[in-house]
Amino acid sequence: MFSLELLLNALVIGILLGGFYAALSIGLSISFGLLDIVNIAHPAFIILGAFICFTFNSHYGFDPILVGLIFSPIFFILGTIIYKIYYESFEKTGATALRGLAFFFGVMFIIEVLLIIFFGVDFQMVQADYIDYKVQFGVVDIPFRMFVPFAVAMIMTFGLQYFSSRTFFGRAMQAVAQDPLALRLMAIDPARIKRIAFGISLATCSIAGALLVIVIPIEPSVGRLYIGQVFAIVVLGGLGSQSGTLIAAMLLGLVESLITTFFGPSWAPAVAFGALILVLAFKPTGILGRVGDTRG
Amino acid sequence: MIPKFSKLHAAFVAGVAIVALGVSSAVVPAAKAADPIKIGFSMALTGGLAGGGKQALVAMEMWAADVNKKGGLLGRQVKLIYYDDQTNPKNVPGIYAKLLDIDKVDFVVSGYGTNLIAPAMPVVIERELVFIGLFGMANNKKWKYDRYFQILPSGPDPAVDFSRAWFDTVMQLKPTPKSIAFVAADAEFARNLKEGAVKNAKRLGLKITYNKNFKPGTPDFTPIIRAVNATNPDVFYVASYPPGSAGMTRAISEVGTKVKAFGGGMVGLQFAGIMKGLGPKLNGVLNYDFYVPEPNMNLYPGVQDLLARYQKVAPSRKVDPLGYYLAPWAYAYLQILGDAVNAVGEIDHAAIAKHIHATEFSTVVGKVKFGKNGEWSKGRTLTVQWQNIKNKNDLQQFTKPGTRKIMAPAAFATGTVKPFNALR
Repeated sequence: MFSLELLLNALVIGILLGGFYAALSIGLSISFGLLDIVNIAHPAFIILGAFICFTFNSHYGFDPILVGLIFSPIFFILGTIIYKIYYESFEKTGATALRGLAFFFGVMFIIEVLLIIFFGVDFQMVQADYIDYKVQFGVVDIPFRMFVPFAVAMIMTFGLQYFSSRTFFGRAMQAVAQDPLALRLMAIDPARIKRIAFGISLATCSIAGALLVIVIPIEPSVGRLYIGQVFAIVVLGGLGSQSGTLIAAMLLGLVESLITTFFGPSWAPAVAFGALILVLAFKPTGILGRVGDTRG
Repeated sequence: MIPKFSKLHAAFVAGVAIVALGVSSAVVPAAKAADPIKIGFSMALTGGLAGGGKQALVAMEMWAADVNKKGGLLGRQVKLIYYDDQTNPKNVPGIYAKLLDIDKVDFVVSGYGTNLIAPAMPVVIERELVFIGLFGMANNKKWKYDRYFQILPSGPDPAVDFSRAWFDTVMQLKPTPKSIAFVAADAEFARNLKEGAVKNAKRLGLKITYNKNFKPGTPDFTPIIRAVNATNPDVFYVASYPPGSAGMTRAISEVGTKVKAFGGGMVGLQFAGIMKGLGPKLNGVLNYDFYVPEPNMNLYPGVQDLLARYQKVAPSRKVDPLGYYLAPWAYAYLQILGDAVNAVGEIDHAAIAKHIHATEFSTVVGKVKFGKNGEWSKGRTLTVQWQNIKNKNDLQQFTKPGTRKIMAPAAFATGTVKPFNALR
């Protein structure tokens, strides 16, 4: 059943899907990859963002991405507050392993319960004109339901990459992952840097939530489906590397799309995660992970 | 010094903790009363099937209130004791053991859905209890348990009978279809459904051009639709859960198709949030259903009153605002248990099972008669086609007749099937 049309469409959809996965994972590449915080609640924050977008979309007709952008500063502030609690309760005392993990589990369940209380458990979807729109280039279709999340994910990823590599604060974020002591010696408070970085990580959840609700229907626990995937992408990309996360997400999207098209959808997750194991076997630090980084 | 915790270790612990926390966070049951008849069950109140589970619970509580208003069962008040199974089959055996050993319930009924009924079966069979299931597909196939009954109106051979009306309907299309593609979610209900549908396709001599499963959680279905289109089938049968059903329907709108019929076993298209979200994209989809607001469905006595009462409380309970899909059936399976208990006059599971086998019950979903294996002696799954849906984001249009016309069974039919693209 191979044809050029199928191949081209599978490649295009794979790239668009990869962009969507990147949007879900990029914030985690900061919190998990750079800050060493196992934020298992990351997908739950994305669902929280998705429900906020749904509310403003269904009641007032606001565009979900616009709502995601408007709410990202609020998510940023929420992130700084959560990090403050995490820091005071766990990181300061060095108890960041299991207890920190339990803390984020707790946060995840609290978010889910609050969503159930306020929104119920039914599946919800949003409306936007571009969701139904598609463009055609020869035999290739580009559905805007996938293209818009891809485009926003690209802007978000390259923006974060630029921020973390070209600005003073971004470099401080990188430094805090490598040598917090050296940072202290330069009179910079690592906890403050981490607090702001964690805020940025959560701010991405607001936008990622908007993209998620454009792509799939949501209910409060749907984030659990993506826990494994987002962590796998961050590890595959190389801890702390936003570009690596993007490449890993693209790889996963392309493998899933090609396998689904030519061999059947049930093989897609096995092959995608097989590729993950293979890459990590040859390059344990991930695709763009730093040599000598043994954290993964 | 505390050693640094590896991230992979943390991720592994996270996985273990997900399972552990899932088991431990059951809902606390209601307080115990003096001498009520206790009916216990697990229910999906969170997780992927919670939309159906919560809807069912509201209807079950309405039944308990109705019965208690009339004096209860055997002169005793009825009390429902339930726990949230979180749509996780692993939680179910523990919940039923607790219901029976600690809560000392008199009866158990199932939670919602095949995957959550299956793990309760061994516990119930071991205790030799009457067990009525809520929307399970062929759960008794392996066990052949003579005290099991199923409210899902599939028919005596459930997996095959469930899609029989769908196949009978598509064979009315002109020119008669000759080939078919199958796609199913990789989960028990959907796989069972597809297995039965494949048997129907073979019975009718349809050539199978594509037959694959997909993992739950797949975000985009356009590659699947393209792969199916490449095999050029005449009709396309899908067995899926709500996210997959919505995703498939969107994807086929984006990619387009030449198939003459699309749908079959898509769970979730009947849910208010998804109907409202998909709107006109549903036009042409030919799918199963159990209750739709078509005039012929008034044959079900009391169903409209039940739905009116349900719809009144639905907003405050934050459940599906319409309740068409599950509420009548959740009410009915308890209605059958209650009628049987009253008829037998005592809590004797053997006698109650015998009575249920021998009796035709009058319920809010019409007459119900069970066969030897506990399935309906004659199936009554509807095949409906979505038509005349004009508006996006408008739930009210789905409350009016004409948006889901009944194609089969013939006794309920309100329309004739049209090719998928003729309604797009």
